[in-house]
Amino acid sequence: MPVQYYIFLSIALFCIGVMGVLMRRNAIIIFMCIELMLNAVNLLLVAFSKMWADAGKVDAGSAQLFVFFIMVVAAAEVAVGLAIITLVYRNTKSVDINILNRLKN
Amino acid sequence: MIKLVWLVPFLPLLGFLVNGLGRRFLSKSLVGFIGSGTVLASFVVSLLAFFEVKAPGFQAQVVHLFNFISVGSLHIPFAFQVDQLSALFLLIITGVGTLIHIYSTSYMHDESDESFARYFAYLNLFVFSMLILVLGANYVMMFIGWEGVGLCSYLLIGFWFKNTSYNNAAKKAFVMNRIGDLGFLLGIFFMIMQFGTVTFPDVFAKAAPLGMNNPTLIAIAMLLFVGAMGKSAQIPLYTWLPDAMAGPTPVSALIHAATMVTAGIYMIARSNVIYTLAPSIQAVIAIIGVATALFAASIALKQNDIKKVLAYSTVSQLGYMFLALGVGAYSAAVFHVMTHAFFKALLFLGSGSVIHAMGGEQDIRKMGGLKKYMPTTNWTFLVGCLAIAGIPGFSGFFSKDEILASAYAHNPVLYALGLLGALMTAFYMFRLYYITFSGKFRGTHEQEHHLHESPSPITIPLIILAVLSVFGGYVGLPEVFGKNLLAEYLSPVFAPSAPFVTAHHLSHSTEWMLMGLSSVLVIAFILIARQKFAAYEDTGKENTGLAKVLENKWYIDELYDAIIVRPLQELSRFFRDTVEKAGIDKLVNGVGRGVQYSSQQIRRVQSGQVGFYIFAMVIGMIVLFVIGFLL
Repeated sequence: MPVQYYIFLSIALFCIGVMGVLMRRNAIIIFMCIELMLNAVNLLLVAFSKMWADAGKVDAGSAQLFVFFIMVVAAAEVAVGLAIITLVYRNTKSVDINILNRLKN
Repeated sequence: MIKLVWLVPFLPLLGFLVNGLGRRFLSKSLVGFIGSGTVLASFVVSLLAFFEVKAPGFQAQVVHLFNFISVGSLHIPFAFQVDQLSALFLLIITGVGTLIHIYSTSYMHDESDESFARYFAYLNLFVFSMLILVLGANYVMMFIGWEGVGLCSYLLIGFWFKNTSYNNAAKKAFVMNRIGDLGFLLGIFFMIMQFGTVTFPDVFAKAAPLGMNNPTLIAIAMLLFVGAMGKSAQIPLYTWLPDAMAGPTPVSALIHAATMVTAGIYMIARSNVIYTLAPSIQAVIAIIGVATALFAASIALKQNDIKKVLAYSTVSQLGYMFLALGVGAYSAAVFHVMTHAFFKALLFLGSGSVIHAMGGEQDIRKMGGLKKYMPTTNWTFLVGCLAIAGIPGFSGFFSKDEILASAYAHNPVLYALGLLGALMTAFYMFRLYYITFSGKFRGTHEQEHHLHESPSPITIPLIILAVLSVFGGYVGLPEVFGKNLLAEYLSPVFAPSAPFVTAHHLSHSTEWMLMGLSSVLVIAFILIARQKFAAYEDTGKENTGLAKVLENKWYIDELYDAIIVRPLQELSRFFRDTVEKAGIDKLVNGVGRGVQYSSQQIRRVQSGQVGFYIFAMVIGMIVLFVIGFLL
């Protein structure tokens, strides 16, 4: 399969993620959208890695280490982020981010 | 002895330091002793050096003290040059300076202890600066002394600094001098650019091959002359000198006779090679000289302040010296510096004696008949007048005659104008003499009661100077009478320019005729003055017409005020009120207000809406990407 398909799919996933972050107000959905963006990038990395390995420029899988790295970081981030959201919900009984405007001015 | 010549300026410097630092502790007699003693000691050293220099075949010697400036290929040593010219000036400065110091011990005795010491400290510093000026072996050293005398003249003219008009006179002197100094400084820069050196013999050696009328040489000559104009009070920078009368009278004597104003003459005589190679500038010097001589003499005709008359006569006599320099008669100019130092110091000190006796009165209309109260002052003053008027046998006759003869050989028009100036000199000097010393006393009774001959520290310098004013001229006899010793003595200094000078020789009969003509006319003018002023009565009538113009000094001060001072003040006011208040202040305040306003606007961006923040972030990243791809 040509690599362009992967690129277009990644762009589509990434844009969905961006739009979701921008438009949705529910914190959990925003969180999921962030994950979507991260995974769009992961997909792109894997696709390029495969492409260069097929071309014989690099060893197969060497660039895919990045993907694991990103997954680990994302997992850690999810742990922290969900904890924050839980605390926000306990305090405000809501996960609407527009309530969180106390930093204003 | 030449090796010890550094003592000559060092001793007055020592006197300055001791008197200046110890002004609160030293008694008046000690201060006077230190002040006069140090200058007297340098006079003795100068005299010993002079006898060594006087020997035939003496070559100029340079006493190197230390390196002053050493940058790249430019080396300016702190060194003294002893040759015929500087040795002669040393004698004049320290000799006349000593007499003025001794005179001052009595004249300034009414001052408080502290200002008495301050006065002597300044006086010593003045002498020190002038000695550095004439002893320096390069133009930068000369410039150090040049600035030094400018500073000291400021300090001494404004000695009574509690009086605003005296302070203004001091500032005027300083500013006028600065204008000239700038020219001198630019001249030095040109010299460094062109020759890469400022040491006298090197500069002259490098200037000579450039030949006549080289543009650089003309520029250097003109710029140096601007400096001389300021220091030696020539048109158009002369107005400070009459105002310098604000200082104590001995200071006027020092400025006019021994130091300061002769600096310009010295500098041009020293740079004779440069000037001989720039005949166009020489012509300018001659014209300015003769114009100043006439102009100042015409003002002196109608002045009523005893010191103002003498001040304008100094300006006029300096004009003669520049005339001599302009026609290439360098030794005649130096000769006139010397004789002028004697009789002008004598006249100033004499006028000081009169002012002292009159209790501070300077208006000659309120004097008169002082002959019988002050016999010594009277006859010494008379000798001074005879000398400056140029009566045969007195020193002024020989020097002025030499200048006029050189002017005649160069251009008879210059001679005629010079002679006219000399006649005016004779007239106003005897007008001054007769109004002051003969007739009957016109002051108050209190003043008449107070009149007395001055004490011996005042009269002894007068007598010495009177003797010198009579016999000082015999070192430079005209050719028809015998040898001109001074010209012969100075000839090594002017030897480098000799190949470029076409010598004018007057026949003996012409010389006799010129001398006879000027003597007869001078005596005639003195008799007219006697006729008019011997029994002078103050009618209190206002002068009219030309006399009024002359009394008001041709309104030159007013003219300068109108064309320079007031426009400058207007400009300053414009800058203060408009540019400063409306321009710079508005700009600075505007920057502050602009920052405040824009930060208030930008503050609104911080809305607390997380969605908006993220949106801004995304937009920012897109912009960055676009920029990154496009560039």
